Amino acid sequence: MKNEKRHMGLKAANRLSNTAIYILLVIISVIWLLPFVFILFQSFRVESTWQVGYIIPQQWGLQNYINLWNSDFKRWYLNTFIIALVSAVLVTVIQLCMSYTLSRFRFKMRGPLMRFMLILGMFPGMLTMIILYRVLADIGLTQANAVPGLILVGVASSGMGYYVSKGFFDTIPKSLDEAARVDGATRFQVLYKIILPLAKPIVIYTILTAFMGPWGDFVFARYVAMGTSAGYNVAVGMYSWLTADQINNWYTTFCAGGVIVALPVTILFLCLQKYYVEGVTGGAVKG
Amino acid sequence: MKRYSDMEYLRLSKWQKFVYKLVSFLVGIPLGIGHFFQKIGIAIKDGFLKIVAEFKDIGVTFIHGDWKTKVSYVVMGFGNIARGQVLRGLLFLLFEAVFIFYMITTGGYWLSKLDNLGDQGPVEVYDPVFDSYKTEYHDNSFKILLYGVLTVFFIVAFIYTWRVNVKQNKISEEIIRSGKKLRSGKDDLKSLVDDQFHKTLLALPLVGILVFTVLPIVFMVLVAFTNYDGSHNGYSNALFTWVGFKNFGTMFSWEVNTAAGLQSYSATFGEILVWTLMWAFFATFTNYFLGMGVAMAINKKGIRLKRMWRTILVMTVAIPQFISLLYVSKMFAQNGLINQMLMGMNLIKNPLPFWTDAIWARVTVIIINIWIGIPYLMLITTGILMNIPADLYESAKIDGASGWKQFTKITLPYMLFITGPYLLTSFTGNMNNFNVIYLLTGGGPTNAAASGAAGSVGYTDLLITWLFKITTGGDSQYYLASVVGIMVFVVVALISLVVYNVLPSIKNEEDFQ
Repeated sequence: MKNEKRHMGLKAANRLSNTAIYILLVIISVIWLLPFVFILFQSFRVESTWQVGYIIPQQWGLQNYINLWNSDFKRWYLNTFIIALVSAVLVTVIQLCMSYTLSRFRFKMRGPLMRFMLILGMFPGMLTMIILYRVLADIGLTQANAVPGLILVGVASSGMGYYVSKGFFDTIPKSLDEAARVDGATRFQVLYKIILPLAKPIVIYTILTAFMGPWGDFVFARYVAMGTSAGYNVAVGMYSWLTADQINNWYTTFCAGGVIVALPVTILFLCLQKYYVEGVTGGAVKG
Repeated sequence: MKRYSDMEYLRLSKWQKFVYKLVSFLVGIPLGIGHFFQKIGIAIKDGFLKIVAEFKDIGVTFIHGDWKTKVSYVVMGFGNIARGQVLRGLLFLLFEAVFIFYMITTGGYWLSKLDNLGDQGPVEVYDPVFDSYKTEYHDNSFKILLYGVLTVFFIVAFIYTWRVNVKQNKISEEIIRSGKKLRSGKDDLKSLVDDQFHKTLLALPLVGILVFTVLPIVFMVLVAFTNYDGSHNGYSNALFTWVGFKNFGTMFSWEVNTAAGLQSYSATFGEILVWTLMWAFFATFTNYFLGMGVAMAINKKGIRLKRMWRTILVMTVAIPQFISLLYVSKMFAQNGLINQMLMGMNLIKNPLPFWTDAIWARVTVIIINIWIGIPYLMLITTGILMNIPADLYESAKIDGASGWKQFTKITLPYMLFITGPYLLTSFTGNMNNFNVIYLLTGGGPTNAAASGAAGSVGYTDLLITWLFKITTGGDSQYYLASVVGIMVFVVVALISLVVYNVLPSIKNEEDFQ
């Protein structure tokens, strides 16, 4: 009898704590989603282009999206898309080469190389902005030609970000390689025929992050474009709409642009979410 | 400091244990640093001995080598060609030819100018035909420094290749003497996709890193020792030159301008550094614990729609940060949505100073960073939390451990152990978290007392945003930006060093009981 009562008490306590958690989760979801809902609503607001103290527009319309179409936004979007696409391919190739080699091969310079890159990574990347800009300017890849310049710099230095995928390759048993080697496969065949098919999740993860990166690339892109609108990416271009003297004319257009930028990336991300989660979890565990 | 044995330690009270751990941690820091320098000393000694051995080997190889080897000391690859390894030999020879050609045509020039980065800057010359002045340009300090460094790299590569060339001759002689056959060019090519495959794979990434990361970093570190800035850009207005440690002196000067109410440079630097560390600490640990909390809430048995809660949060990771950050930044602005709504509801009379008051701004960026960071941490911790063996909790429950006790005794130690390295990288990453600070506040509100320093310092400026502001500011004092960058490196390296060297020893003492 007594025992049963205690049991009931536990159950009630459990139900109570679950209810509390549900309430918490609902609050969290609302807080996390609200700003995005705000952006969506304000992108349809027609009655004014500046910031207002309410959320639901009084007049709905597509005026902001039409403004977007008539501005340089198309060019910025195309620029970013090209950078993202090309980087997704090249960065993936470079990072996989790097991480696969460092995970699988034992050669004399391996240890020193990894230590060297660890130390190199402690320098702030922003430090090198000035010289990279001057070098790009010398070969004519700044301002209106910023796109190839950004791709070049982004791809060339991407080898440093090998940690996550190396962690993944470390988990594929080495006995697989050795068995294939015994059967007479060359190292290249081992990579191509055995490892790559197994590495699908990390390949997709790398492609996804490499594709998403350029959409938020801001500082260096702004520096390289140097005020030439034709060389902007979306982040740099849309930032210029929110400066103190522009914001009152462009605020709602910014919101519309935000929706257009976020939609495809978010959909892509949600489709490939599984791989992303695998990647970040693995990366964190292996440091 | 008294060291306790295990038995003695266990007998201490909780408070004594804490003090003991704290003291041993603090004592451990200088010890760890001491060990580090000791290691450097040993490394230098080893390196020196190695170089001596290399020279000895070069000499011995020359004396004992046959004439093919001896000719190879001057004509690289000759030995290879003479012994039938034509492909290798030609590559050596080609490299030597390119190197000599480069050094004669341009490399020598850059190298000779490297000592003072150019002698003659732009000069105004009178042109009698048009009766006007025009500017004649001469040396280019920027190019001299850049190509000078590149030439030094090239020379080092040449010396290394020459050494490999000598070594190969020695090995070839030994192989021939033992009656075996040398590898042919075809074998060499084949080995590039087989046992030498790593060289093929690494070639491209490493060239990229060398040219676009290593070279720029070396260049920028050197800039800290010059007077390169907007008015000495090295070509079109004036040359720049070496100034030694002067810029470090500027950064760490204690000179105070009391009349103008300005603080010293080092005080400004110290203020920014302290805020950078504070920010990194709060940004890392608030996200870590709150993210873990959310993950545990969703993971809890009996909570439904787990996938949906996760997806809602994950969606916010997908949206490019600059959109959410810029939008939220404007939301909290003086005339932004939040203030207007609160005033519309008559809750406040004047707008809240989210971005205009130092303390408000600092707290607000930390809170907004939680909003940015929790989904990401939730993702990371979810997977790890599910990996904790369930029987640990079962047995804890049987022993009557409360939920809180289970968290502090099982979950937390496990998480800290697994994610230790992640916490370190996340801490240093947050120190350099440019986007969050710059897109939210732009570093502001302005710190009036620091206006004597370059780059219009604000109260939420991190070292990294300060670096950016100096670079892009009116005077473009690149040399100061470079000093700041070097200091960021020093701080990050020190923290990493201390964490790596000191923490594990303390952790082992605890041993997850």
